Amino acid sequence: MSDKINPTRVPMSEQDAKERISDFREVALGYTVEEVRREAERCIQCKKPKCEDGCPVKVPIRDFVMAVAEGDDEKALELVKSTNSLPAVCGRVCPQEEQCEAKCVISKKGDGISIGRLERFVADWEMQRGPAKPNVVEKKNQKVAIVGSGPAGLTCAGDLARLGYDVTVFEALHAPGGVLIYGIPEFRLPNRVVHYEVENLRRNGVRIETNAVIGKSLTVDDLFEDGFDAIFVGTGAGLPRFMGIPGENLNGVYSANEFLTRVNLMRADCFPENHTPVNVGKRVAVVGAGNTAMDSARTALRAGAEEAHIIYRRSETEMTARVEEYHHAIEEGVIFNWLTNPVRLFGNDDGWLTAMECIRMELGEPDDSGRRRPVPIEGSEFKIDVENMILALGTSPNPLVPQTATDIDTRSWGGIVVDEETGATSREGVFAGGDIVTGAATVILAMGAGKTAASGIDEYLKSKRG
Amino acid sequence: MYEILRKEDLTDITKLFEVNAPLVARNAEPGQFVIVRIDEKGERIPLTIADYDKEKGTVTIVVQEVGFTSAMLNSLREGQSIVDFAGPLGRPAPLPKEGSVVLLGGGFGVAPIYPVAKELRNRGVKVTSIIGARRENLVIMEKEMQSVSDKLYVCTDDGSTGFKGFVTQKLEELVAGGEKFDEAIAIGPMPMMRATAKTTKPMELKTWVSVDPIMVDGTGMCGACRVTVAGEVKFGCVDGPFFDAHDVDFEEAHRRNLMYRREEEHIMTVCRRGGDSA
Ligand SMILES: Cc1cc2nc3c(=O)[nH]c(=O)nc-3n(C[C@H](O)[C@H](O)[C@H](O)COP(=O)(O)OP(=O)(O)OC[C@H]3O[C@@H](n4cnc5c(N)ncnc54)[C@H](O)[C@@H]3O)c2cc1C
Ligand code: FES
Repeated sequence: MSDKINPTRVPMSEQDAKERISDFREVALGYTVEEVRREAERCIQCKKPKCEDGCPVKVPIRDFVMAVAEGDDEKALELVKSTNSLPAVCGRVCPQEEQCEAKCVISKKGDGISIGRLERFVADWEMQRGPAKPNVVEKKNQKVAIVGSGPAGLTCAGDLARLGYDVTVFEALHAPGGVLIYGIPEFRLPNRVVHYEVENLRRNGVRIETNAVIGKSLTVDDLFEDGFDAIFVGTGAGLPRFMGIPGENLNGVYSANEFLTRVNLMRADCFPENHTPVNVGKRVAVVGAGNTAMDSARTALRAGAEEAHIIYRRSETEMTARVEEYHHAIEEGVIFNWLTNPVRLFGNDDGWLTAMECIRMELGEPDDSGRRRPVPIEGSEFKIDVENMILALGTSPNPLVPQTATDIDTRSWGGIVVDEETGATSREGVFAGGDIVTGAATVILAMGAGKTAASGIDEYLKSKRG
Repeated sequence: MYEILRKEDLTDITKLFEVNAPLVARNAEPGQFVIVRIDEKGERIPLTIADYDKEKGTVTIVVQEVGFTSAMLNSLREGQSIVDFAGPLGRPAPLPKEGSVVLLGGGFGVAPIYPVAKELRNRGVKVTSIIGARRENLVIMEKEMQSVSDKLYVCTDDGSTGFKGFVTQKLEELVAGGEKFDEAIAIGPMPMMRATAKTTKPMELKTWVSVDPIMVDGTGMCGACRVTVAGEVKFGCVDGPFFDAHDVDFEEAHRRNLMYRREEEHIMTVCRRGGDSA
């Protein structure tokens, strides 16, 4: 560790923007061994590391960074994994600039430590080396069902398997991973990273049942009847919102979920070799400015669009996407239309989208979210020709489980009510966490909730064992 | 993997498959569907459940060759497997507990009408079934339908068997002849369901149709299956597939189903070319 503060980050290599928009390979290439040591050495090892306060799962950041600086990757990995079971994922997709890195004291004078990149390095190092042998634990004679295989479900499953429980994950889709597999594109989070984590779980004895839609194939009651002693619900916030404007059902209009699923999960970019089609015109408009919107616009460019526009009713300041993804989108040529809102859509005789009418907005008083409310400017309507519109307006909790198990209390907007300390729902033996509880949030929060619920379930099952 | 235990040729282009799928059979109800993916490269398509056996843990589907995926599916043999088979999805058919119901099945739509008829019969509801096809050799499941209907009428467009004309014409004839029904349920190709809606509206006959929009997940996650019903946007997979026929925007539904027609033609030619050179 140096005594003098070095205010400049070691940059991470990236694929060139012009080249990368023709394929789906990962954009950020990760640090080399030499780079990672240099970056870790910038850490001044604070007595009271503020960065750790910024981490929702309290990774022992200072100590793992020290281990990286010292070249002890094994120890670094152990430290990271002591609280974060999906570091290869979090290192790539966490909004570090709002969490750990925002709190880093060096960020007051220059660039904070690139904690996310260090974390990614450590996790990728594990993938290269191969997973550690599964711990041999004494099997407990109790069965847990995990519903949904997103970050919340995978984390909960992993923790419970390590404690010796007999764990089965039920996933509605044909592939496990939740948003990590169907939503977040390959160029940001390669599917192999998710597969690796899922394989790790299998190696630790977790069973994964795909094509199992809980609430339909099996109900919560069925699971208890089949001998499960506890259930964790991590079904996410998969329900897409639409705007309710005229023309929204024209051909060529997609929800971001549909568009991203067609490409990421079904690999429609390789049609007809893969049999799922996707329709991408010359000019694509994406409504919204969160991570999902950036992912959609960048995916559209890679799938053949000549122009991708972001249409957002607020301004750059209110945008919710990760800063890094915003920059990547700019580099790739995504065009940003701030303070703009679609009002209606036009189609041709065959019902295909041809244009959208938008209205300019201005910012008024702050609203409930604390952000300034966008208000339409009368008479500022204008038309843009587009062949696709992709709606990335956010999602709501998936209602399938609560609808069919009415003794699980939900909030008016659909989120499941849980005890924050344990993840317990109003129904005995049923726990929940992740986006199904909070509404659409982040990978790390979902993971944290999966962890909390795993210890809640452990306590509950201990008490049942007597 | 979901093994095909039995395959039956119903017509040249319509095949029946009995598939080993205990998790689908366990809670299946008439009118629900499955999402099927044939192999690792396959698309996810919805297919209505045509029958199920909870004891054996099997589910029957009937597939008519209409495009690439259905053709591929129909080329599978007994003993082969399908990679993904998820369900039962959608809401079960909204069936009355008593009274008299007329069922209209068009083409391969007769297959999904069958479990509906069976269930209505079990409940003691009077079942009149009108099934139709373009010509005699395309009529399917006549014997099965006979066994679960109080009255069965077969119609063909060319009159090669039964009544000459559309199922809707037969319905009009029956109603004109004084038959009374409390409800109608129609399943079949979109034009047939649309025609049914048109026919039953002036009769003030409550009519349900089972819509078949394009789907991806089948769980409410993507909205590919949007249909406008009474001016409101509904998701076919979770709110449907049954909707009040008089409220469905058939024109929109039909147009949305053609969204990938170009791609469908493309993949068919690519494959035909592939087949020629092989
Ligand atoms: C495009 C996109 C980009 C994003 N980018 C980021 C990012 O950069 N950084 C970040 O931190 N967060 C990001 N997020 C948010 C993050 O992905 C989610 O907050 C997180 O995945 C939530 O995890 P979860 O486990 O609660 O649910 P999910 O990941 O949604 O997983 C839920 C799983 O449950 C399954 N399921 C649903 N219903 C049932 C049922 N009835 N039976 C069985 N299974 C069921 C679903 O199929 C799914 O697999 C992004 C989200 C999207 C959509
Ligand atoms: S098929 Fe995706 S929401 Fe209905």
